[in-house]
Amino acid sequence: MTYNFDTIIIGSGLAGLRAAIEASKQGSVAVLTKLYPTRSHSTAAQGGISGALGNEEPDSPMWHFYDTVKGSDFLGDQDAIEVMCNDAIRTIIELEHLGVPFSRTTEGKIAQRRFGGHTRDFGAAPVQRACFCADRTGHVILFALFEQSQTQGVKFFPEFHVLDIPIIDGKCMGVIAMEIQTGDIHVFNAKTTLVASGGYGRVFKTTSNAIASTGDCLSILFNAGVPLEDMEFFQFHPTGLYGLGILVTEGARGEGGVLINGKGERFMEKYAPTIKDLAPRDMVSRSIMTEIKEGRGVDGKDYVHLDLRGIGRKTIEERLPEIASFCRIYIGIDPVEAPIPVLPTAHYAMGGIPTDVNGRVLHNEKGTAVEGLFAAGECACVSVHGANRLGCNSLLDTVVFGRRAGMEINLANKNIKTGRIHSEVVEKVLKKLKQLLEKTEGTQRAGELRDKLQTLMMNHCSVFRNKDDLNRIPNQLDKIKEQLKDVNIKDKGKKFNTELLEVIELRHLVNLAEAISSSALNRTESRGAHSREDFPGRNDTEWMKHTFALKKDSNIEFRYKPVTVTKFQPEDRKY
Amino acid sequence: MAVKQYKLKIKRFDPERNAHSRWEEFSLSMKPSHRLLDALAKIKDEIDGSLTYRRSCAHGVCGSCAMKINGKNGLACQSLFKDMPEFIVIEPLHGFPVVKDLVVDIKPFLEKNEEILPFLINNTPPPERERKQTPQEQNKILQAITCIMCGSCTSACPSYQRNNSYLGPSALVKAARFIFDSRDSAEEERLDKVTQSNGLWMCHSIYNCVEVCPKNVDIPAHIIKLKQLAVKRKILKQK
Ligand SMILES: Cc1cc2nc3c(=O)[nH]c(=O)nc-3n(C[C@H](O)[C@H](O)[C@H](O)COP(=O)(O)OP(=O)(O)OC[C@H]3O[C@@H](n4cnc5c(N)ncnc54)[C@H](O)[C@@H]3O)c2cc1C
Ligand code: SF4
Ligand code: FES
Repeated sequence: MTYNFDTIIIGSGLAGLRAAIEASKQGSVAVLTKLYPTRSHSTAAQGGISGALGNEEPDSPMWHFYDTVKGSDFLGDQDAIEVMCNDAIRTIIELEHLGVPFSRTTEGKIAQRRFGGHTRDFGAAPVQRACFCADRTGHVILFALFEQSQTQGVKFFPEFHVLDIPIIDGKCMGVIAMEIQTGDIHVFNAKTTLVASGGYGRVFKTTSNAIASTGDCLSILFNAGVPLEDMEFFQFHPTGLYGLGILVTEGARGEGGVLINGKGERFMEKYAPTIKDLAPRDMVSRSIMTEIKEGRGVDGKDYVHLDLRGIGRKTIEERLPEIASFCRIYIGIDPVEAPIPVLPTAHYAMGGIPTDVNGRVLHNEKGTAVEGLFAAGECACVSVHGANRLGCNSLLDTVVFGRRAGMEINLANKNIKTGRIHSEVVEKVLKKLKQLLEKTEGTQRAGELRDKLQTLMMNHCSVFRNKDDLNRIPNQLDKIKEQLKDVNIKDKGKKFNTELLEVIELRHLVNLAEAISSSALNRTESRGAHSREDFPGRNDTEWMKHTFALKKDSNIEFRYKPVTVTKFQPEDRKY
Repeated sequence: MAVKQYKLKIKRFDPERNAHSRWEEFSLSMKPSHRLLDALAKIKDEIDGSLTYRRSCAHGVCGSCAMKINGKNGLACQSLFKDMPEFIVIEPLHGFPVVKDLVVDIKPFLEKNEEILPFLINNTPPPERERKQTPQEQNKILQAITCIMCGSCTSACPSYQRNNSYLGPSALVKAARFIFDSRDSAEEERLDKVTQSNGLWMCHSIYNCVEVCPKNVDIPAHIIKLKQLAVKRKILKQK
């Protein structure tokens, strides 16, 4: 079928839904999502959303601004960070009014807790800035936004998998998507299209991300000539459940949990004497890996302990019930009584589709926008997180910039004509699907290739990186790409063909792995989450700039955009 | 940890190939710490790519992977082999039309929610700051807000199976989530909805729902509180 809408939104996580609420005030809005809306991975967010409400102790947006800049290792654009931090209080109050059941103080105000890298007085001590609902913060915000968007006539297309986002002569025309249940291909013509398709942690073997977090839309746009910004910066969260990668929120340390090595030492005191276990994630992850490398893992193994025993049963049951339940179910440990084995897990993509503060997608490092194309949420790079995101700043980012994109879309819709996706473009998509399905021989298995890819990236492009490791990746990726051509999809049906979709997703992951690893090889310094053993130390003279990776034929070219510095000059990053 | 052999008997259905469902058995070696979802992925990756099921989060928070496991509804990603027998029977959720293999059409289930006005309604102008709510007030909804809409409860409910016009436990929990939220002002409208003929009174306290809820929501307790409220309102009105 062919549909016409003012605005198409891809993704029903926090970013997509907040934008939908805004855009549907003025125009017709369709939300396409490959899952059911409330199953988007935003639902997994545990610990909180940041905002200097000052409900528990004095706080200020300026401190939040400073912490975010410093957390980003000075790569975040300060104009954008200021916008976000200044809008945080309004945003959280608005969410509360929309129905979010935030946890409360005894007087009934929104409760707040400590989180990594959030401090008072420009780094003096940790501050309570994270608003939360126990450890189900993403879940309750996602439901509230979904519920409210239904009251505004947003049209949902659940289980529609986006296959293409055609950009013709610099204008985005809309979207081509497969209705998963029937296998039918539909065309959505639109004035404006917002990509809010979330993260792509599934590039790595151990991750806190959903199986659906495969970065399809970034890959589609990358192939269409849109640059990808700062892809070398991928955050490894320090505390994934050992062997599984399931997240244990930083809120656990915010409530008083501590990291302990094999010798029983609180090792973070050594690496971050002032804020210790609440140092930013890049530092804590590196510290854990260093402890393990130097033989101080627990029982000489490759993990450390997160000890919550000091917090007490009551706080654990009230404020961390989900992670207590994860521990009991998945590793058979009761965190009230025993420490939790943890290891860093691939968690959050700082890099993504370059946008300005109003969600407009940039076509190049000079700031030219693609007409009719917007992005928000984890798939986008504004950049407010720079080289390392602070905990709780992502949920804030999704809602603040989702709304701003929605407002900008309302303005844009007044001046843009509805795009038209021509049949030749659709034919091309159909032909590719047909080729995939009609192949009857082939010796490779997609599952095995996915595993190879994820292991490759985990081994050579995770917490620590170096030239030799990174140089091993391109050949291996080429091999995987070749082998992918030799996969024979057994399911030849149209309906709910998840085997076909998994192969398509895998191709996207390989494409993004190329962008990540080549950007990582290209940046010859260590900054935030990108830590090069062969280039220790930040190099502000050469690298105060964002990477724009651009696909040219089959090669990747690099361009650069200077970092916007307004208030805070780069300084030594000590905690 | 040691791997062990398991036999999975899965109910398969592919409407494009056969109008009828069939059973198929798979032998797998799995670790005690593996999830049933890992086994399904293993079959899909290594034996039969056409095996179809829903999944996303893989740790019990998105509600995608509810299915009937050895006769009881549950999440595949929350069922570990250490807790399972060597022979495991897997079927799609009952009570909903089967789309393919373990995937059911959940639209009828989700539409139930829409009937109970599933969004916070508060007609007073929003204050400058948050609407106050004490921890005690919030306690009343703390369980209901954890529902992940997996469908396990409604599917397991004999009343729903007999008559699928019934709102079902999940939608009633959702109604409770708003009715007992101190910030919500649409109690009357919602009670009107849940006391219609397809509502509350179709619950006969069989308690299947609470047995299967992966989030341990005490569903009957919520339904009973709604019933009490409805009765109180009726008496008040009669007076
Ligand atoms: C376990 C975990 C805990 C976290 N905790 C916190 C926290 O406490 N605080 C915080 O600030 N941040 C947290 N984060 C980060 C934060 O949750 C995410 O960055 C954020 O929720 C992303 O939201 P989003 O709207 O961008 O995308 P998502 O919520 O991931 O949504 C993506 C959407 O895009 C759709 N989609 C993707 N591809 C396609 C396609 N091809 N076709 C159609 N639809 C598609 C999906 O169906 C989905 O609806 C956490 C992340 C994880 C993984
Ligand atoms: S109440 Fe429990 S069983 Fe029912 S839909 Fe919600 S989470 Fe699933
Ligand atoms: S995959 Fe999300 S609940 Fe099982």
